[in-house]
Amino acid sequence: MGEFKVHRVRFFNYVPSGIRCVAYNNQSNRLAVSRTDGTVEIYNLSANYFQEKFFPGHESRATEALCWAEGQRLFSAGLNGEIMEYDLQALNIKYAMDAFGGPIWSMAASPSGSQLLVGCEDGSVKLFQITPDKIQFERNFDRQKSRILSLSWHPSGTHIAAGSIDYISVFDVKSGSAVHKMIVDRQYMGVSKRKCIVWGVAFLSDGTIISVDSAGKVQFWDSATGTLVKSHLIANADVQSIAVADQEDSFVVGTAEGTVFHFQLVPVTSNSSEKQWVRTKPFQHHTHDVRTVAHSPTALISGGTDTHLVFRPLMEKVEVKNYDAALRKITFPHRCLISCSKKRQLLLFQFAHHLELWRLGSTVATGKFLVSGKNGDTLPLSKNADHLLHLKTKGPENIICSCISPCGSWIAYSTVSRFFLYRLNYEHDNISLKRVSKMPAFLRSALQILFSEDSTKLFVASNQGALHIVQLSGGSFKHLHAFQPQSGTVEAMCLLAVSPDGNWLAASGTSAGVHVYNVKQLKLHCTVPAYNFPVTAMAIAPNTNNLVIAHSDQQVFEYSIPDKQYTDWSRTVQKQGFHHLWLQRDTPITHISFHPKRPMHILLHDAYMFCIIDKSLPLPNDKTLLYNPFPPTNESDVIRRRTAHAFKISKIYKPLLFMDLLDERTLVAVERPLDDIIAQLPPPIKKKKFGT
Amino acid sequence: MAALEEEFTLSSVSDQKPLGSWSVKQGQIITCPAVCNFQTGEYVVVHDNKVLRIWNNEDVNLDKVFKATLSAEVYRILSVQGTEPLVLFKEGAVRGLEALLADPQQKIETVISDEEVIKWTKFFVVFRHPVLIFITEKHGNYFAYVQMFNSRILTKYTLLLGQDENSVIKSFTASVDRKFISLMSLSSDGCIYETLIPIRPADPEKNQSLVKSLLLKAVVSGNARNGVALTALDQDHVAVLGSPLAASKECLSVWNIKFQTLQTSKELPQGTSGQLWYYGEHLFMLHGKSLTVIPYKCEVSSLAGALGKLKHSQDPGTHVVSHFVNWETPQGCGLGFQNSEQSRRILRRRKIEVSLQPEVPPSKQLLSTIMKDSEKHIEVEVRKFLALKQTPDFHTVIGDTVTGLLERCKAEPSFYPRNCLMQLIQTHVLSYSLCPDLMEIALKKKDVQLLQLCLQQFPDIPESVTCACLKIFLSIGDDSLQETDVNMESVFDYSINSVHDEKMEEQTEILQNGFNPEEDKCNNCDQELNKKPQDETKESTSCPVVQKRAALLNAILHSAYSETFLLPHLKDIPAQHITLFLKYLYFLYLKCSENATMTLPGIHPPTLNQIMDWICLLLDANFTVVVMMPEAKRLLINLYKLVKSQISVYSELNKIEVSFRELQKLNQEKNNRGLYSIEVLELF
Repeated sequence: MGEFKVHRVRFFNYVPSGIRCVAYNNQSNRLAVSRTDGTVEIYNLSANYFQEKFFPGHESRATEALCWAEGQRLFSAGLNGEIMEYDLQALNIKYAMDAFGGPIWSMAASPSGSQLLVGCEDGSVKLFQITPDKIQFERNFDRQKSRILSLSWHPSGTHIAAGSIDYISVFDVKSGSAVHKMIVDRQYMGVSKRKCIVWGVAFLSDGTIISVDSAGKVQFWDSATGTLVKSHLIANADVQSIAVADQEDSFVVGTAEGTVFHFQLVPVTSNSSEKQWVRTKPFQHHTHDVRTVAHSPTALISGGTDTHLVFRPLMEKVEVKNYDAALRKITFPHRCLISCSKKRQLLLFQFAHHLELWRLGSTVATGKFLVSGKNGDTLPLSKNADHLLHLKTKGPENIICSCISPCGSWIAYSTVSRFFLYRLNYEHDNISLKRVSKMPAFLRSALQILFSEDSTKLFVASNQGALHIVQLSGGSFKHLHAFQPQSGTVEAMCLLAVSPDGNWLAASGTSAGVHVYNVKQLKLHCTVPAYNFPVTAMAIAPNTNNLVIAHSDQQVFEYSIPDKQYTDWSRTVQKQGFHHLWLQRDTPITHISFHPKRPMHILLHDAYMFCIIDKSLPLPNDKTLLYNPFPPTNESDVIRRRTAHAFKISKIYKPLLFMDLLDERTLVAVERPLDDIIAQLPPPIKKKKFGT
Repeated sequence: MAALEEEFTLSSVSDQKPLGSWSVKQGQIITCPAVCNFQTGEYVVVHDNKVLRIWNNEDVNLDKVFKATLSAEVYRILSVQGTEPLVLFKEGAVRGLEALLADPQQKIETVISDEEVIKWTKFFVVFRHPVLIFITEKHGNYFAYVQMFNSRILTKYTLLLGQDENSVIKSFTASVDRKFISLMSLSSDGCIYETLIPIRPADPEKNQSLVKSLLLKAVVSGNARNGVALTALDQDHVAVLGSPLAASKECLSVWNIKFQTLQTSKELPQGTSGQLWYYGEHLFMLHGKSLTVIPYKCEVSSLAGALGKLKHSQDPGTHVVSHFVNWETPQGCGLGFQNSEQSRRILRRRKIEVSLQPEVPPSKQLLSTIMKDSEKHIEVEVRKFLALKQTPDFHTVIGDTVTGLLERCKAEPSFYPRNCLMQLIQTHVLSYSLCPDLMEIALKKKDVQLLQLCLQQFPDIPESVTCACLKIFLSIGDDSLQETDVNMESVFDYSINSVHDEKMEEQTEILQNGFNPEEDKCNNCDQELNKKPQDETKESTSCPVVQKRAALLNAILHSAYSETFLLPHLKDIPAQHITLFLKYLYFLYLKCSENATMTLPGIHPPTLNQIMDWICLLLDANFTVVVMMPEAKRLLINLYKLVKSQISVYSELNKIEVSFRELQKLNQEKNNRGLYSIEVLELF
């Protein structure tokens, strides 16, 4: 099949931000996730848990609460005291509104979705009316003594429960006055703690309020009388989050010890109608605090400081025992944070607030050595990798996207409000950087940046839906053209691909099909037929100009741009179907590339495997072994040829964030071992395993 | 439900939304509540005593619906789901509705005598057979008639009112279980009585009398002006309508019969008409001018629930001696002299007493035997009774028998029916709290066999008694033990093994917990030990107590206890006995550690945890005494070494954990080839 020299890179020091909030939307089966750096991500659970949208973070915007309202409108609130609404089409922030109550700790949308409630630092609970294009302050509830950390509406919308420090208040929504105040016991394992923080409350339709607090308790209260009904001590540390199923027959809580407990309403005895809440299942999928939980109809969702987003399906709710019933752990973003300059062997790493440029090392081993080297051998390094550049952004905004040109002399990146373009000069070992000033006004913010293969053109997908083409020559640039979005659509384009000859540009949004533009004639060439699942990666093959598209349901299509139709190979694949193990992978393909000398090869990778598809070989059926980690030893060539199939898979590198071909015989693989991430997290709560 | 709705609408109470309403012409009087024929969905009502009307939901005018004039006056029409309705005539005759409609003018016979008036009736379905019961009254005497429809047998019973002859029964209710109809009646003295009527009569020809027994005392005021009513909710609960005190307002109260407690009560200030129904977890009653529906679900009757709601203050009139059954009073007396005593006392469960009892029941015979006969005779009688086995009052009879026997034991010091008691204990129905005297007497008689049996069978022996047993087990002489017949189930014959396993033993000494005591530089005590290593091996391999004593001690080890209550009693045991017991426990421990599973051989041996707990307990209680005793020195040293070895095991485990962690780290480092490398990849 082929041998490669692989630059195995583990110095990409990327640490995802901890998860702060999750909000599940039942209508669209989507999950919104906010991280401690203010980033908000949208996962489409129907599309194989693909992270289809994201809103970049902001240093001063620590999100403390996230909720869906009015169907599919997404709101967040945070410690800067602002309530924000996100535009899910244009992928920007619609507006931010100060609630004038100091930092906001909690937010809840009314059951009808028309009202929004926020709990503030100053002890006030504020009610906002959601209007079609904004929110409007309506009134304050009775102010409490200390900050409101949690809120929950009664399903009828008449009362709310608010968790504060040491007590829970019940408000009447009509009058805005507190009806009950329930004092939470400060006792913690017999010792009186200074304060008991009510981290979460949930109001059930029968009037029961469930609270979770910093003393490790889950408590049930009767809101009619304001009395404690039942108390479960479940942890030695804080219980930080709670989420109730829509049917109110089960709920989930997350603790600072990383444990998630499932509670269910079960009959006291079999076939008795009397039911009680019972702690049924503990799950330990996290090493650190579980800051937030959500309860979808079929799964428990949890996230926390250890940056994993965990989907734990409820086996009793899963009808078909297929791969959807498996546990899912999402750690890495479903987009590429790395770009590569093939010519100069440079890697550009994108972090939240800075970029790093590295030059790969080299080995003295010549081709001869390579031939004699065995699979898995480490070659002696003649030159180590160099850290060339550390480029810090100005301002508090996170970087949305970045790119280095194939020639290595241009770097472009963008934040929400500014677009930056730098020119790099290499003089022997010295490197100099010069910013290209006077960017035009329309290039304010980009969702995706791409350089053409010859580095003379820059393609920018702006968040208004337009695609800009910029001509680069010497140290200057010239705006060539802007493809405006079709009238009526505002959908932002998030993926770009350009053909190596520079004639074709493909752009894909989150839901609509892929558009292919003719760069020479500056017009829309064709649109690839729309497919149900979002595009996760695409690339245009050299010479043939075949567009290869990977979707989140793990399907891969090949579309001939000149012929405006799917290629024969693609049709064959669709007819026969992919191997079931291929379809069951749970991370999307994030990068596709091609071999310049072997036109039949497609190189693609996800977080756990790297694959070369050889279109000349027969496709595997479900009976053949898809992945064979062991090299063929004693088998004759005949058997080998018979069992050989189109998918050549390697699972050596994982988690794999980036893989590309530098030249015919050289690959670069960027790994980010989980242990390295854990090592950079704060230490978890120490638990005694055994001993005297 | 429909029947109730009917009544409700016909009573022209219209503050709720009626489903339908029909009325008879002026001048006509409805003389019988309407019912729903569940088989056809039609309603049936009688007006002017003889005119039967049948209609359904579509009919509007009651005048135009089906009409049948009967030849006799109707008392009630009765309908339950699953069978056709029955018509009960005032003269006591019963007809099926269909049969009646076939020939409305058929002749209706007279069943009850002149001046006898039907007071109340109820219709059941028992094993798919309809059963009708009705109560009649004549000059203050009450009669119950049970009509079986499968056999067409009508049985008449006379209800004996007991001492209080001039009381009037105000309300009835009945529930049915497998064999009996339990008829509850609310008397004018305010008490609820229960009468059990057999469904299958012994002799239908004879006029039989039924005894009633007091169920609840003074639930309503005796001289209530308005109607009082009673209805059974389930087997443990009754609802009573009426005023609890002469002066107070009327009240709906739900009582738990099992525990004689008031579950809940609700005042009805507007007065009631004395009508109360219970249907599908709802109580229906007339309150003032409206029909009040109260949802009420009977909780499972539990002592805690009953205690939590005990309402003494509400019932100053009730000077009940005790709300609870006193197990101490022999129930046998109650059974024996039921007729005279019964209405005075509150009993939990009664038997029906059919007037002509051909022979004395075996239980009664047994009780009289206990009082007089010789031990031998009693034994025979008990065996006879046990052979009969599970009669419904088996538990109570056993309890009574034991109390009777024990009382006689106390009275006559020479009387000790040992075999009898053993048999009774083995019935598994006794417990310590039921007959505390039993163990007391056994302790006095030093009957170790009986004590062992008690320890094995009783779940609730107090720690002081356990300790007293332990004292006897340790102090009793070996020779007197020889004579006893102790259950040896829990003891394995260690003596056989000890010779055989001598080699093994030595090996385990070294292997024990991965720690070699020889290597341990345990200071001078060790040297002392090493002086006579021969002795040591002997000591540890041979059981320090004889087998029978071992069996007795094992019974102690198996018994349940609470540390805090046990510790003070352990201090009373003499030091040499403590040492002996410790030696035995240490021996058991050594035996335990001989095999990998840390268990002892045998059928029901003490577990390692039990052994260790008892060692700790004994040392805790008696350390200061034991430490002074020269003969206990070796034992203490052994125990000390044991603990020391345990600690070193744990420290070894910790070391292993750390080593494993380091190994893991090394392994990771091996895999982790630095931040950057260039490797060869070959794809197949």
